[in-house]
Amino acid sequence: MTADIRTTAPVHRPAQAPARPAGPRRRGRWGVQIFLAAVSLAFVAPLLLAVYASLRPYQDTAQNGYFSWPSHLSFAYYRQAYTESGMGGYFVNTLIIAVPAVIVTLFLAAFVAFAVSRLRLRGGLVLLMFFTAGNLLPQQVIVTPLYVLFNRIPLPWWMSDSLTMYDSYWAVIVVNIGFQLGFCVFVLANFMRTLPQEILEAAIVDGAGVWTRFWRITLPLCRPALAALATLEFTWVYNDFLWALIFISDPGKLPITSSLNNLRGQFFTDYNLLAAGSVLVALPTIVVFLLLQRHFIAGLTLGSTKG
Amino acid sequence: MALTSPRRAGRPRLRRFTRRDLAVLVVLLGIPVLLDVAIVWGPTLASIGLSFTSWDGIGDIHWAGGENYRNLAENYPPFWPAVRHNVLWLLFLGLIATPFGLFLAVLIDRGVRFSRFYQSVLYLPVVLSLAIVGFIAQLLLGTDQGAVNTLLGNRADPVDWLGDSRLNIWMMMIAASWRHVGYVMILYLAGLKSVDPALKEAAAIDGANERQTFFRVVLPTLRPVNVVVGVITVIEALRAFDIVYAVNKGRNGLELLSVLITDNIIGEASRIGFGSAIAVVLLTVSLGGIVTFLVQELRGARDR
Repeated sequence: MTADIRTTAPVHRPAQAPARPAGPRRRGRWGVQIFLAAVSLAFVAPLLLAVYASLRPYQDTAQNGYFSWPSHLSFAYYRQAYTESGMGGYFVNTLIIAVPAVIVTLFLAAFVAFAVSRLRLRGGLVLLMFFTAGNLLPQQVIVTPLYVLFNRIPLPWWMSDSLTMYDSYWAVIVVNIGFQLGFCVFVLANFMRTLPQEILEAAIVDGAGVWTRFWRITLPLCRPALAALATLEFTWVYNDFLWALIFISDPGKLPITSSLNNLRGQFFTDYNLLAAGSVLVALPTIVVFLLLQRHFIAGLTLGSTKG
Repeated sequence: MALTSPRRAGRPRLRRFTRRDLAVLVVLLGIPVLLDVAIVWGPTLASIGLSFTSWDGIGDIHWAGGENYRNLAENYPPFWPAVRHNVLWLLFLGLIATPFGLFLAVLIDRGVRFSRFYQSVLYLPVVLSLAIVGFIAQLLLGTDQGAVNTLLGNRADPVDWLGDSRLNIWMMMIAASWRHVGYVMILYLAGLKSVDPALKEAAAIDGANERQTFFRVVLPTLRPVNVVVGVITVIEALRAFDIVYAVNKGRNGLELLSVLITDNIIGEASRIGFGSAIAVVLLTVSLGGIVTFLVQELRGARDR
């Protein structure tokens, strides 16, 4: 695809947000700085506390509370949390669910958004409403019928060892796709509206079909929005808790969020161990966010408001 | 959400689709539509239907008419507290957390130093799962060695922030806001970045002060973001589940409609008809938000 139409696309790329001129330096700057620093501190403090707790032995914090000078710091809880909760396996489960769910959702949503915002189909607006409104329904409203439905859909043994859709990864993947479609369609349709229609017209003159207009022309221009959405969606699917709780009964198939339950003892809960587990569970989403942060904010900037 | 129309008059209409185009359209629109019907809309209708029946999930389904709803309102003690909590949650997010997120976005957008850092830090809680937020809340607010009680220096007579049914709902709302604020902030920040600076300059030339500029000029141009944020606020408030479930399974002061539904459906009782009736109540409340949103969007689309 070296000589494809994409090479001409950057000419028509929507103008980036103009470089912001340095704001006027006024009095009050210090007040703002102090305020923001204080709020930021309040926002990370709980996280830092969790990290701090996870590095200290239980006896130490039990005696002296969490606000005390540590007698001893170690990563021992991390090793213990990792092995005792079976986190590795759960993490794989989460990836098995999240990766296909995010990719398929973005692909399908991108096409719907393309059809709605770029093809001027009759009924496009209705279609947009259909998806967006669907995403706004509370999850619990759809839970029961899905539970019943999934219990009645048979799957061959090579797809699911429970022989039904219930208690298989498929259930959680499909639900995530169906449920997240609406949001992605909404964001992508808004984004695609900001792309100049002229590019498509040029392509139509050149005889490009719907698929080419979508895959070769529109999609490459949507990269920032797709990156932002992929980050968001990955976080959401990764953190999901309810779907797996309801649609999966085999503990071996649960996603990583459930591994924390394994660290919760029946009668005694070692909070420092749980803290270590929580930090481990949270780490992947934090890393993804920090790595993709720039794309993330750029994507939202272009997507949510650009006229 | 385009504010201005890129559409020009007199543009030639699209040519009719070829057969291949139609095939692509049918397949790639058909799959998501079918999925959405199967996963979202079908089950929603089914839930409404089931709410008029009594069913344990295994045996026969019996028509019960309005029985479930009457029981819900009259002999189900957690119901009204749950409704109250849901409304409270909505008000808290809508009147406190969301405006605070907007305020932070405005401060950061003014181009203070380290803005990138603040932005990342404030957003960080959003990537955490509510289950983890629930756990961190225990770490902070627990009675035995909770950080807040240690800080208050009342270890002999600790405040039971999470166990006291008058206090815990507030603590949970603060914890939920911890994530909500960051999300709202990033959305507004994205919106503010794309506001044309010329608008603000024009307002300044006309003698508007900073506050007037913001409320009369900037905020109205953010209407699309406002709509999105409003919807997210309503939805987050109604969907709240994980965090209270992680703390005490949503009991003892933390009843929410979502918890009651889950309890009735996957609990030992498995009262599916009854659970569905609660779901329909939740649906009715959220329809208010959804319809408002759709009306706004339709109006916006017509303006384009």
